[in-house]
Amino acid sequence: MLLGRTANGLYWMFRYIERAENMARLIDAGLRMALTKTSDAPEEWSSVLMSAGVKIGYDAKYREYNASLVSDFLLRDLSNPSSVMSCVETARSNARMVRTALTREAWESVNETWMILKSTLASAIPETDLPRVLDQIKRETAIIRGAFHGTMLRNEIFNFARLGTFIERADNTARILDVKYYVLLPSISYVGTTLDNFQWESILRSVSAHRSYRWVYDVEYNPVNIADYLILNSRMPRSLNFCYSNIVDNLKYLASDYGKRHECHDMSENIMTRLENNEIRSIFDNGLHEFLSDLIYQTNGLGSKIAEAYNFD
Amino acid sequence: MKPFDEMIKTGGQVRPPYEQLQCWLDTQNPERFAQKARDAENVFRKTGITFAVYGDEEAAERLIPFDIIPRIITGNEWRRLSQGIEQRVMALNAFLDDIYHRQEIIRAGRIPRELFTHNDAFLPEMVGFRPPGNVYTHIIGVDIVRTEENQFYVLEDNARTPSGVSYMLENRETMMQLFPELFQQIKVRPVETYPKLLRQSLAAVAPPGCNGTPTIAVLTPGIYNSAYFEHAFLADQMGVELVEGSDLKIENGKVVMRTTEGNRAIDVLYRRVDDSYLDPLTFRRDSTLGVAGIMDVYRSGNITIANAPGTGIADDKALYSYMPEIVEFYTGRKAILENVPTHRCSEPDTLKYVLENLAELVVKEVHGSGGYGMLVGPAATKKECEDFALKLKANPKNYIAQPTLALSTTPIMTEKGLAPRHVDLRPFVLVSDRIRITPGGLTRVALKEGSLVVNSSQGGGTKDTWVLDD
Repeated sequence: MLLGRTANGLYWMFRYIERAENMARLIDAGLRMALTKTSDAPEEWSSVLMSAGVKIGYDAKYREYNASLVSDFLLRDLSNPSSVMSCVETARSNARMVRTALTREAWESVNETWMILKSTLASAIPETDLPRVLDQIKRETAIIRGAFHGTMLRNEIFNFARLGTFIERADNTARILDVKYYVLLPSISYVGTTLDNFQWESILRSVSAHRSYRWVYDVEYNPVNIADYLILNSRMPRSLNFCYSNIVDNLKYLASDYGKRHECHDMSENIMTRLENNEIRSIFDNGLHEFLSDLIYQTNGLGSKIAEAYNFD
Repeated sequence: MKPFDEMIKTGGQVRPPYEQLQCWLDTQNPERFAQKARDAENVFRKTGITFAVYGDEEAAERLIPFDIIPRIITGNEWRRLSQGIEQRVMALNAFLDDIYHRQEIIRAGRIPRELFTHNDAFLPEMVGFRPPGNVYTHIIGVDIVRTEENQFYVLEDNARTPSGVSYMLENRETMMQLFPELFQQIKVRPVETYPKLLRQSLAAVAPPGCNGTPTIAVLTPGIYNSAYFEHAFLADQMGVELVEGSDLKIENGKVVMRTTEGNRAIDVLYRRVDDSYLDPLTFRRDSTLGVAGIMDVYRSGNITIANAPGTGIADDKALYSYMPEIVEFYTGRKAILENVPTHRCSEPDTLKYVLENLAELVVKEVHGSGGYGMLVGPAATKKECEDFALKLKANPKNYIAQPTLALSTTPIMTEKGLAPRHVDLRPFVLVSDRIRITPGGLTRVALKEGSLVVNSSQGGGTKDTWVLDD
């Protein structure tokens, strides 16, 4: 048994840690794209903002898209609730609220990340420093994950934290794909131009999968395989299949601990079934965009159902 | 006059309780020692042992400076102190019971009725109600100062929601991490049982209708409260839930908390929320920190609130000067621990005396706390004294005055080596079926040379406090 508010705090703490890390990856991918002469940089930055789900907020503030403005907005801007600094602040406030549910190591890792990033992100980051800062963000979130996995008891506390991580990650992966779905469509990219290759690599890079892709598929990027990898592959830690299989598992543990199933259990298992018994070809045939936008919608709904079931809505 | 130093006698000799420490200090490499002090600060910052200073945006979370030189009290000194504390705490609870029932002490003419009639700390809602186990103030921090080898005074009885106990515990933890060898050489009485004793103590005053193990929770105003770290720390150490007002509601005549498995009843609530915010239906209507209706549940005997509402009347500064009478009235003996002689500015002759001697006195607001709104005469400028005199004349009832005590000093570590600074002591007391006093307490130290203000909100620090097991 946990306080509803504690479950809520754990869930959001881990959603925000996950989000901070994803932001760093998105900027990373954007920087890489902007380096290629073939790409239209402003267009790329605009789609980075779209993938981050913060384009409206950005457009209200700035009129042009470039590396320094976008990365500043995504890294440091406290008016952007999804900026890395906002995420880390929110994650730490939640951690403070649920302190009694965390091991000393887990709490200290979040607190230290907050202290370090607060000082790193205190002033604007020159473009030359961006790669170092992005690495630092990824390293800090990895330390939090390590401290958490290494020391936390696998109980309900763990389950709510994991649910936060995977709901956020599923949403994020689906969004990245959806923003770029058109470059994956066979009708346009059949030829596989240089530009397409860069676009495909960028998608993989934004989920840190540009190397592992080659271990699973082929040296040549192929849009169908990329979609397959990010949607249906059960071993790729950021694929939708992987995220949902973790969501389902963690919900199962809660059901068995508490001796009670809720609507969210059926809902997550239905989505899982759709991911398991599917071929990438048929997803393309039925519309990749439709599939992804439906999944984003369902993931959101599932988040609300989980909160409702465990009294933290 | 030079104040009493607890380590070094006039003439330079080391007092016996500090002899072993001195030997050990002599063997320490100064550089390594300074490094240890910095290590200590890092430990505190990393673990987030911070407190918030209200109205200070920049330093929303600050560390209370920690000094690594322990303050040492002998077993004998402690025995006398703890007897005095025990007597005082018994008297406080007996006084609260009396004042909310027959008011014998007023009838006996020992204290004036006017003290209660317009006093916000006196809660009419508590009249005629007897809390479970007949305990009103369960957790008390008695502020004690020392002026001579054998002269201790009680400065204040914190009978509402005293804080600081987490610092006592973390200070010890930090010292044991930094200097394990020291604890092998010197036998120090342990403090780390406090959370366990607190839990036992709270469980012992569960409502009579509670069967089995009582469900205990700590009620905090939330993460922006200055003492939030302590609330979380205590809940964690006791293994109980840390709740906020928004987690609680009334269901079937019980206070319940909203959990992942539905609502669970709470039997004992250790609340760190002030009386006035506890129940918007009874006290401040705009409060979002409490639970609407909790006072009804309380009065029907379905929950224990610790400390009980209305205990503030016992540590009210207007009543402080009557404490010797109160102790004697309820325990039948003279108070073992002395009060600081106190001038009641409400009395015209006294007011005249206070105004004439402002530069030598400490003047406090009757309802103030945390060192705010007070005048330390000897440290104040002429202008400050004059301004304060105006406030005093405008509302004399609102003030008491005390002689400036020459608080004892103990050494702290400074950049130029050890240097004496003024200290006080807050031992922590638990009352339930019995009285439990943790040996030692929180030593607060004024870090500025010559300063007498030890409050953490005004630049004070803390020290580990050792009661020798001799």
